[in-house]
Amino acid sequence: MELLNLSSRGLLQRAVVCTVLALCGPAPHAQDRAPQYFPADIEYGAQIFTSQCTSCHGVTGDLVPGVNFRAGQFKRAVSDNDLRLTITNGVAGTAMQPFAFGSSELTGVVAYLRNMNSFDARGLTVGDAARGQAVFEGAGNCSSCHRVNGKGPRVAPDLGDIGAIRTADLLQRTLLDPTGSMLPVNRPVRAVTRDGKVIIGRRLNEDTYTVQLIDEQEHLVSLTKTDLSEYTVLKTSSMPSYKDKLSAQELADLEAYLLSLKGVK
Amino acid sequence: MNYRRRATFLLLFLISLIPDSLRAQVSPERLLHSDDEPENWLTYSGSYASQRYSSLHQVDAANVKNLELKWVFQAQSLQKFETTPLVVDGIMYLTQPPNDVVALDARTGRAFWVYHYAPSPAARPCCGIVNRGVAILGDSLFMATVDAHLVAIDAKNGHALWNVQLAEAAAGYAMTLAPLVVKDRVIVGVAGGEFGVRGFIAAYEAGTGRQAWRFDTIPKPDDPGHDSWRGGDWEHGSAAVWLTGSYDPDLNLTYWGTGNPGPDWNPDQRPGDNLYSDSVLALDADTGKLKWYFQFTPHDPYDYDSVQIPVLVNANWSGSPRRLMLWGNRNGFFYVLDRVTGKFLAGRPFVKVNWTSGLNADGRPIPSPQPPGAPTYPGIQGGTNWYSPSYSPRTGLFYVSTWEEYATIFTGVNADYKEGLRYTGGANTSPIPGAENPAGARQGPVNTYTEALGRGAVVALDPETGKKKWKFDMHDVNTSGILTTASDLLFVGGREGYFQALDARTGALLWKENLGGEIVAGPMTYQVGGQQYIAIASGNSLFTFAPRE
Repeated sequence: MELLNLSSRGLLQRAVVCTVLALCGPAPHAQDRAPQYFPADIEYGAQIFTSQCTSCHGVTGDLVPGVNFRAGQFKRAVSDNDLRLTITNGVAGTAMQPFAFGSSELTGVVAYLRNMNSFDARGLTVGDAARGQAVFEGAGNCSSCHRVNGKGPRVAPDLGDIGAIRTADLLQRTLLDPTGSMLPVNRPVRAVTRDGKVIIGRRLNEDTYTVQLIDEQEHLVSLTKTDLSEYTVLKTSSMPSYKDKLSAQELADLEAYLLSLKGVK
Repeated sequence: MNYRRRATFLLLFLISLIPDSLRAQVSPERLLHSDDEPENWLTYSGSYASQRYSSLHQVDAANVKNLELKWVFQAQSLQKFETTPLVVDGIMYLTQPPNDVVALDARTGRAFWVYHYAPSPAARPCCGIVNRGVAILGDSLFMATVDAHLVAIDAKNGHALWNVQLAEAAAGYAMTLAPLVVKDRVIVGVAGGEFGVRGFIAAYEAGTGRQAWRFDTIPKPDDPGHDSWRGGDWEHGSAAVWLTGSYDPDLNLTYWGTGNPGPDWNPDQRPGDNLYSDSVLALDADTGKLKWYFQFTPHDPYDYDSVQIPVLVNANWSGSPRRLMLWGNRNGFFYVLDRVTGKFLAGRPFVKVNWTSGLNADGRPIPSPQPPGAPTYPGIQGGTNWYSPSYSPRTGLFYVSTWEEYATIFTGVNADYKEGLRYTGGANTSPIPGAENPAGARQGPVNTYTEALGRGAVVALDPETGKKKWKFDMHDVNTSGILTTASDLLFVGGREGYFQALDARTGALLWKENLGGEIVAGPMTYQVGGQQYIAIASGNSLFTFAPRE
């Protein structure tokens, strides 16, 4: 009940903020909650929009009568969720077909639609997935830790479906700041058993009494904490930051490759 | 150092160079010799012979009363929980409906990963969104899905490796069985017998999912057996395959049972024997070519699917060693076949039977259809059904879960085939004459299923004579698989939610626990950390027991 009250209060506060913003500036899009759009998502959405949407909506998003994306004019959609549903389901009886986009693609397209009026595509560094794969396997050395489509080690998370479960923004942030973006469940752990055996691995699951991990030899290991003399969860990712290791083009290519990894259908 | 010692040293040295991760893989050789590692449970039925027997014996008649609950896994589903887990080197792999795979620590039940598969909304399995388990080869798991896909999953991290569609879910094709791995291939069959599908068994390359061979369970025009169908009836004749087969590596034959012909209960629509419905098929494991078949219920009017687990036993028959196949059939008969040739050796009823007056010398039933409105024994669910039987080489007995004194009044009606719609052709009722139909049976904890409709049992049969050595009666009908162990224990559940240990030689009750949920799965056992565990799915949870330490 307390959580519900806090949540309700939060929504109320956000609603107030939106109302104030509406009074102060251009009319915002009505939202379920305060939206946050990240540059990487907007860029990714711009690429998808260019390849998938412009034949009907035009480059400027105003070819369909009654719809003008730059002006925030939509026929049916009010919230971001409405936009996602319209894109996913299409509009019966119109030329708007359903699009089988994944979560990261929907996030990108919606972010772009909401920011078309201010987004400047001229500075966009367009990534190429094929070149990105070469970076993944070469300069980035990503394949020495990550597995994709059944190839590579399992010590780091399998990236075979990363493009379906992570947004462009999250991927970009991970490449630039791996430690800051690391999911807590993936943190490296070091355990020492009471007979002195050292086990290092990546955490998969943990509770009060046990921890499950995949160790450096790719064994699934379950440990009981009372059997351990030492147990440490490391908060620093062993993945390097690529901020200064790769060029902007290489980063864009790598990101494009990762976004292309949608898993086995 | 002599030559042999040097060779041994070299071999050990070379083995030491193999990475641990590779050594831990489940090779075809490990599957062939699963009996050598009873601490693991490597296939749905425990071994290629499908005896659901374990040589573990730590839990025995003396300490079984000390079994205590070690851990519970609660499935994130309210569908029937029919899984038999695999256990490989301390890791348990199980499925939860509809088509999730979960990797657990077999000692604590804590999860390593969950693979989620969302089946197509077009999936329409006849009798529940269920799955019975996975198969393993190398570091890959294989799952058959209710929308008729076969998926390979990385056993270490739960990521899908490949996914192939076998048939159209919208046309009624589905898969609920655990696949069978033979050599480097994954063998499955398709369900859909209530939708007029054309059944098949097929093998897929474990590495790629490419189809290696396919055997259609209904012969097409000009193929042998096609003349057992009239006109175009064969096109929707069903003969689905929805339980895991067995494998004899010496003969390189894999054995699979087939289901009812379609439409199920209106045989007038499909005159003829309707091959290969209600049959066991012996297929060459490399090519899928049919070596022999035996049809248990030709021209079946009762939905007596013959999909039961083929139990392979090498034993003396009439004084001579013989490769036998034991089969507790839904039609109420216990069969013994020669699995080299398919020759019928014996068949005796193990429940009340009146649909036939007996079997002839070739095992073909002599029909005795009951008058309209009269009950047919066994009823629609059969004398037994899909619940795994067990054979103990120690007792030499075959154990099967049964429905006793259970009948159905069958009424065939004309059925029109429409793709994706049920194609059953029947208006059947199950009470025996004079018994009230218990509407709302088993809705909640109060069991309204009474003796008026039949009851359940576990029956121990002597394969040589077909006679019952003992019978353990239950109030409600029995939907549980059976496990036997080298300590002469028999584990079985039931619809009432009890999980029981019996003396496999006498049928005496040694231990029971109320798990509170219907048991529609087979028990299995494994050992980890020096302790033997027994696992069984009940309700929506998997319960794991071991002796109190």
